[in-house]
Amino acid sequence: MSNETVIHSLPDTASTHDIEPDGHHGHHKESFITKYIFSQDHKMICKQFLITGMIWAIIGGLFSVLFRLQLGYPDQTFPFLEDFLGKWAKGGRIEPEFYYALVTMHGTILVFFVLTQGLSGTFANFLIPLQVGARDMASPFMNMLSYWFFFASSVVLLSSMFIETGPASGGWTSYPPLSALGDASLGSNTGMDLWLIGMALFVVSSLLGGLNYIATILNMRTKGMSMTRVPLTIWAIFFTAILGVLSFPVLLSGFILLLFDRHAGTSFYLSDIYIGSTFKALPNEGGSAILYQHLFWFLGHPEVYIIILPAMGLVSEVMSVNARKPIFGYMAMVGSLFAITVLAFLVWAHHMFVSGLNPFLGSVFVLLTLLIAVPSAIKVFNWLTTLWRGNLRFTPGMLFAIGFVSMFISGGLTGIFLGNSTIDLHLHDTYFVVAHFHIVMGVSAFFGMFAGIYHWFPKMFGRYLNNTMAYIHFWVTLAGAYLIFWPMHYEGLAGMPRRYYDFSPWVSFNNFQGLNRFISIVSIIVFAVQLLFVFNFFYSVFKGRKVKTQNPWGANTLEWTTPINPGHGNWVGEIPEVHRWAYDYGKEGREFVPQTEPVGANEQKH
Amino acid sequence: MSTIFLLAILLLGFLITFQIAKASEYVSVLKGEQKTFEQNNRINGFLFFAFLVLGLVGVYWCNELFKDRILPDAASEHGVKIDRMLYITIIITGIVFIITQILLFWFAYKYQYSEKRTAFYYPHNNRLEVIWTVVPAIALTVLVGFGLYYWYQITGDAPENAQVVEVTGKQFNWIYRYAGKDKVFGKKYYRNIDDGKNNLLGLIWEDKAAQDDIVQSGGELYVVQNKPVKLVINSRDVIHDVGLAHFRMKMDAVPGTPTTMWFTPLYTSAEMKAKTNNPDFEYEISCDQMCGKSHYSMRGVIKVVSQDEFNLWMAKQKANYAQIQEANAPATGADSTKAATAATDIPVRSIALKGK
Repeated sequence: MSNETVIHSLPDTASTHDIEPDGHHGHHKESFITKYIFSQDHKMICKQFLITGMIWAIIGGLFSVLFRLQLGYPDQTFPFLEDFLGKWAKGGRIEPEFYYALVTMHGTILVFFVLTQGLSGTFANFLIPLQVGARDMASPFMNMLSYWFFFASSVVLLSSMFIETGPASGGWTSYPPLSALGDASLGSNTGMDLWLIGMALFVVSSLLGGLNYIATILNMRTKGMSMTRVPLTIWAIFFTAILGVLSFPVLLSGFILLLFDRHAGTSFYLSDIYIGSTFKALPNEGGSAILYQHLFWFLGHPEVYIIILPAMGLVSEVMSVNARKPIFGYMAMVGSLFAITVLAFLVWAHHMFVSGLNPFLGSVFVLLTLLIAVPSAIKVFNWLTTLWRGNLRFTPGMLFAIGFVSMFISGGLTGIFLGNSTIDLHLHDTYFVVAHFHIVMGVSAFFGMFAGIYHWFPKMFGRYLNNTMAYIHFWVTLAGAYLIFWPMHYEGLAGMPRRYYDFSPWVSFNNFQGLNRFISIVSIIVFAVQLLFVFNFFYSVFKGRKVKTQNPWGANTLEWTTPINPGHGNWVGEIPEVHRWAYDYGKEGREFVPQTEPVGANEQKH
Repeated sequence: MSTIFLLAILLLGFLITFQIAKASEYVSVLKGEQKTFEQNNRINGFLFFAFLVLGLVGVYWCNELFKDRILPDAASEHGVKIDRMLYITIIITGIVFIITQILLFWFAYKYQYSEKRTAFYYPHNNRLEVIWTVVPAIALTVLVGFGLYYWYQITGDAPENAQVVEVTGKQFNWIYRYAGKDKVFGKKYYRNIDDGKNNLLGLIWEDKAAQDDIVQSGGELYVVQNKPVKLVINSRDVIHDVGLAHFRMKMDAVPGTPTTMWFTPLYTSAEMKAKTNNPDFEYEISCDQMCGKSHYSMRGVIKVVSQDEFNLWMAKQKANYAQIQEANAPATGADSTKAATAATDIPVRSIALKGK
């Protein structure tokens, strides 16, 4: 499908006027609903994803503050908790069931709702058409559906938090039989059903979005925009979408079997179970609880790359622009993204080294898992070389890009511990794992996302974010993230298990109480600073300093050739033609050379 | 009251930050954007350098603070190997960590914006890229090699002379079963499980091998120092995990799919009390797989003792079958059910149903 057909397939209000946004073309009748709610403009859908993601991030972050209160102060009560949570915090102390519900929701929300759709949904929607030179997505209608399925899944998940038996509480992985049996856990009743339905809708949203991203990138690049000329953001989003499209359906199949086990009496995951609380032996025989783990991690592992690849793309772009220097090793960067994408499908069982997996099979997964460190190392060294002999401008986006690399190194190296099955025997399901994945995919992906938001905010809203608040946001978050997660490695080395409500009964793990309290205090501070960012965001949308030039960062990519506040259709008149790659910074004495500029007769090819 | 006070302080902090942020934006407009940009750039460049120095000091300090609280001597032969592997990995990754972090923050500081500098146009260099593909690949091959060498030793078959104990997880404690004199575990079937009749594992009493099996719930698991022990791990309900931090071992308990692990304990519990200078020390079994609301308190204890102590202890234990016979004896002998309830904790109904 070409750009023209898409434009003509739009509702006719959008077609003519939006190409010429000042449009005194008569039928300029976009209602509030078509412009802000059921919008088919990729830029508006991006903002919908971003703001929904931010609301989820606040909820998910707040949950972590609540359970950190329990971990930091297991012997104290907080009466205000009872005011908010009622029976779940009787006497001001969170009940164990609700503690586990909070942990589960924190994981689900941040992994899926914030760092998958909040991150991919925002930047894929925003950057694909703008950076490849398209008027909109291949199917704007499907794109709109993608958001509204996301919204529906959000509503379902949110509603599960208000039911009598509480939300799902079996961890974000929801392993059966725990998640299959309401008698085994309070959260495995209606809460689990709502969790599964919410996640099913989420998968639909993710597939609708992903197919659209792939179609747009492959078919709708402007003239001259060959695949080797697209910015790394686009490559990263492209691979992310492929990962999602190939792995989310497997997750959905796993969920459907789980629903059958819950309600249709099947035995896919259940066998030989006697429930102590009801004195009942279940009739199910012959199922395998491990089957679910295979199905889950076949998405679950690619999922972490679905989270981190877009962040890598955003960081590469922001870093190159602000180092005023081409990204080092463009083809190696694309190649390593590709290698990570392929390997992502071949390593899932490293989450299952202690599940009774055949040790030989385990050893294959060790080899494949540690292989991923090679493309990751290439990326890190390429980022370092990009900074080397640059002329670095520390815009807030650039600060977060550098912070991302630091976090990615720290978290990536601990992956080498956990991917090695021998060491995993000791570290599996301890705080070492918590530290590892929070640094390498949680904080890193957030840093990538922040780099993107600070960098493209002027393009999204025509205004700047406040710099002072941005600097405070960056430095407190960077220092805070290390203060929270670095010491957790030590707790993990001591064998301290994750998902524990209280460590005081344990002789082996009760000597970290002071540290737990410290981590809790820092996490509250870091959370407060994220609220400062949210405030900065909404304040600047309305009151921020206005952008006065078309290309405030002096960047090469196509989005900066559109008007400051582009209308639906992005470019006034023709879509620009592209003549070069996106990274001609500092070439032959020129600070930057936009992609739209023809290659000069005497110009050296890179 | 203190909550309101805290919120007020927070709100005030927000307001002040916001006012400063707004004011500094006005100042920057007045001073000229270029000048403000250069000033901010210098501050952030310096902060990167400061963060590097403080960060490295912090890493060292954190290690000093906690190094004595982690990894008390590995108490199994496997544990010694795992610790060795761990230290090899810490050294290799530690070197990479320090080099790359220094480069990152140093570059950020050194190459911060200056009017005089122009960025160096350096799009790629094949030789460099080959170097940092090959070197990590070699380092990782070494790690994989070591890792798998130990992995096969640890997950290989248990030695012939290993003591075999069955561990079964349930919400929320552990059940241990010893094979008894015949050294054969009797057959069991989960539908025979009856907590009321003290048949926690669903043993089939018609099987002679089951009749001398010793079953204990929630107590201590006894194993012998320097003798390999093989755990056959089961679950009665949801997935649990036998986590043995001091032996550095871990294995899931999956309903319907028995798993195994084996290790050789090196020190008795008493020796570890002395070694760790902690009179309360125990080898704890922690459940390491989320299993429900009391997951965090699913604690078991392993007692490592000498062979003599073990024999002595074992001689005192009663078989599950014998316990049940004993509990039933007064019930069948006496006329009133009152006597039966007094003699045991088993509910009256289940005794009446037993009928033997």
